[in-house]
Amino acid sequence: MDFIEGKWCRDIDVRDFIQLNYTPYEGDESFLAGPTAATQKLWDKISELLKKETDKGGVLDIDTKTVSTITSHKPGYIDKDLEKIVGLQTDEPLKRAIMPFGGIRMVKQACEAYGYELDPEVERIFTQYRKTHNQGVYDAYTTEMRKARHAGIITGLPDAYGRGRIIGDYRRIALYGVDRLIEDKKQQLIQLEVNDISEEVIRAREEINDQIRALNELKVMASSYGFDISGPAHDARQAVQWLYFGYLAAIKEQNGAAMSLGRVSTFLDIYIDHDVKAGILTEREAQELIDHFVMKLRIVRFLRTPSYNELFSGDPVWVTESIGGMGLDGRTLVTKTSFRMLHTLENLGPAPEPNLTVLWSNRLPEPFKRYCAGLSIHTSAIQYENDDLMRRYWGDDYAIACCVSAMRVGKQMQFFGARANLAKALLYAINGGRDELSGQQVTPRFAPITSEYLDYDEVMERFDTMLDWLARVYVGALNVIHYMHDKYSYEAIEMALHDKDILRTMAFGIAGLSVVADSLSAIKYAKVKPIRNDDGIAVDFEIDGEFPTFGNNDDRVDDIAVDIVQRFMGKLQKQPTYRQSVHTQSILTITSNVVYGKKTGNTPDGRKKGEPFAPGANPMHGRDKKGAVASMSSVAKLPYEYAQDGISYTFSIVPKALGKDEEERVSNLVALLSAYFAQNGHHINVNVFDRETLLDAMDHPEKYPQLTIRVSGYAVNFIKLTREQQLDVINRTFHEVK
Amino acid sequence: MNVKGRIHSIETMGTVDGPGIRYVVFMQGCPLRCKYCHNRDTWDMSHGRIMSVDELMQDIKKYKNFMKYSGGGVTLTGGEPTLQWRFVAELFRRCKADGIHTALDTSGFVDIERADAFLPYTDLVLLDIKEIDPIKHTELTGVSNDKTLAFAQHLSELHIPTWIRYVLVPGYTDDPDDIRALGRFISGLSNVELVEVLPYHTMGVYKWEQLCVDYPLKDVAVPTDEQLEAVRKLLRDSNISVR
Repeated sequence: MDFIEGKWCRDIDVRDFIQLNYTPYEGDESFLAGPTAATQKLWDKISELLKKETDKGGVLDIDTKTVSTITSHKPGYIDKDLEKIVGLQTDEPLKRAIMPFGGIRMVKQACEAYGYELDPEVERIFTQYRKTHNQGVYDAYTTEMRKARHAGIITGLPDAYGRGRIIGDYRRIALYGVDRLIEDKKQQLIQLEVNDISEEVIRAREEINDQIRALNELKVMASSYGFDISGPAHDARQAVQWLYFGYLAAIKEQNGAAMSLGRVSTFLDIYIDHDVKAGILTEREAQELIDHFVMKLRIVRFLRTPSYNELFSGDPVWVTESIGGMGLDGRTLVTKTSFRMLHTLENLGPAPEPNLTVLWSNRLPEPFKRYCAGLSIHTSAIQYENDDLMRRYWGDDYAIACCVSAMRVGKQMQFFGARANLAKALLYAINGGRDELSGQQVTPRFAPITSEYLDYDEVMERFDTMLDWLARVYVGALNVIHYMHDKYSYEAIEMALHDKDILRTMAFGIAGLSVVADSLSAIKYAKVKPIRNDDGIAVDFEIDGEFPTFGNNDDRVDDIAVDIVQRFMGKLQKQPTYRQSVHTQSILTITSNVVYGKKTGNTPDGRKKGEPFAPGANPMHGRDKKGAVASMSSVAKLPYEYAQDGISYTFSIVPKALGKDEEERVSNLVALLSAYFAQNGHHINVNVFDRETLLDAMDHPEKYPQLTIRVSGYAVNFIKLTREQQLDVINRTFHEVK
Repeated sequence: MNVKGRIHSIETMGTVDGPGIRYVVFMQGCPLRCKYCHNRDTWDMSHGRIMSVDELMQDIKKYKNFMKYSGGGVTLTGGEPTLQWRFVAELFRRCKADGIHTALDTSGFVDIERADAFLPYTDLVLLDIKEIDPIKHTELTGVSNDKTLAFAQHLSELHIPTWIRYVLVPGYTDDPDDIRALGRFISGLSNVELVEVLPYHTMGVYKWEQLCVDYPLKDVAVPTDEQLEAVRKLLRDSNISVR
């Protein structure tokens, strides 16, 4: 193919290739094509399989014998004659594979939960001969870490499941072919022929050889489908196929919490645009390629346990694809394929995966903004993140991993660290480190607060000390986890699609931010009297007087929320990290806000024991009383500088509250996003529907197979949520017409 | 001068009371007693929170980004905001000084001399005409529509952009003769940009129940889309822009 040559020809540099060869698109969606007959037939088949999967309790089938690797399974198809893009994780669609390198116990439990039995031979191998990540972690965890984990002050740690949140640069396979990538890795090994064979060098050499092996396996896997991907792709279909093979290898090798795709649309557009201009591809055929690719992304499956599903409800995979954004040179990175990717929501109907993420800039072409807003109104399947903000940190070739974690593609990875429960930490500060539910002393002994009424300064002082303790235990636990993950469950193919020297971040997280902010506000502006049990533990609180709550654009409490974010970040930064990774922090709960709430007693803001927290950075349910704009203005104040792993806000509004007709709704949603991002808001999930729809879907799930909603950072099939989580969504603030 | 007013509540994401995204101030107190009132809790002038114009302006300014990107502004509604006409005048004057678009949602039940205090700072009036027939108007709202119609004429003379709003209540405001008469009245005005026919709804009934007051229109059904369209068509016959 005749591309403009440049630095990308000498070095592995996909961004350079994109910048030299892509065609920005400023027009509207009128060029888009509907689904082909093959697409419709294929999607019907998949829909039927999805229904069977739901009817079977969420898992269609499990291969309990074959340990999943890049080459473990023979080729699988949905309908070989119809598929333009091929490749499945196992030999049949929706059949789940076992990936025991992370932990054998989890695999066994997951099999049992769905009525299967793990092959005893596999169990024996991974118990007697092959150590797992999970076992390694438990060998190294300290007593304190185990206690903190058990009490639920730190929860969701990737110590028994794959950490995920690593994005291989799958585009490299299409652009360079696998042989060139192997050659590059061999050069890296030569560079590592050094005098001082330190632990670091030894590890790097071992890892790179693992990567080369994975790349060779990738070629073998592709050839089993009849493709030779040792060289670059030569047309659009090959480009999509090569790229997908790379992603497929990753999801065959790793059951990561989030297996994100990256930023592929505009890259693929170069090939599609080339073929369309050359007259060898029509618009319908171009759309068909994207539709078939997306269908594959919709049926990515991992075998997970019910306790995992409690944290991350609805079987998410986070095949996050980042779309749009602006280039450093001021040209938009929106191309026709950005539209084609989003158009799959219309051709195939709404779906939670891939996790379509629009990188929003106020300089994006207007027709693109309007197209996105319209799709949000009709599908509630899109999330938006602030490109004008992130570009300053990560340049113009970053992508979102999971929900809100930005990383330069192929140049950066993160050590995922779930989150700490700050609401519980506040209760520990009041109770001297004894758990309010179990009465157990979880932290070293601190003096509890014994006064009749809580004094703001005293509480803050104790809370500060408690956060020091929490940060220390938390960073230590993550160091253990990622040391063992690298050792026993290394992501060879994903890392093969990275540079040799990369930036590693360690991504901490906090849950319960609005609970803590409101609690501290109550202590400061009203009178809060703890009710203590016989052991002297504050198990409830009497609040006398009014106090401002987070979500009303009131600085008196919003400043408290900002302070907590900065304060905890500062404490994390004091603790050294594994592989000198850079500390980052997210305000994101995924759906764990429910389970965190369950494990936390009454809080001084009036929240009752067991009640869910608000998701991510959201204000507590029903406490944002001044409307959506005030609510999002509060969230926009949280400083990204101190939460570079992302700040998640989930917004639900009834269609009528957005405006009287379609035209007005689209304009108002565009304006809402523009203003929110102009105020440095980082992320927003947009849900547009009536509460009645959700209530009806709870009673008649069969009527809503594709009803998609955005929860914290990802989208789910509403009917796949647990009943508890469905209720949590329904009870959240819905902005309505007043 | 720092005028104070009685505020019922604030909604920062108003999209149905004027163009764009609007900061909507619900003012406390209303002289009308509409049987279908959906903000029953705003009637009593002794309720609500007292806020100064300064205080409110400080809050309003926080939302300039949202107003800018959406072409929105501030809307005063209620209740009947013109009961607190001095407050309206001062707040709108300050908004205009800050370049903020102002809209007033009113029943028009106000003396002209008082209205002249705020009209110089009013960019848009959303005028509710509940009924064109004076007797039916009194029956429905407890007051005559003299003032409303005179106010409408006054706005027309001053050429202040106005949207007329008409709530269709089946059995109460759906007499075709009245609607034709309303159309004729509106077509005689110079300043009407739009007529909105709004369906009567029952979303405010709970507020009556919360106050333990009987809701007078218990048996009235919300209008169908066909009924609404029929009324719009009748109005369009008078050559006015209707939605």
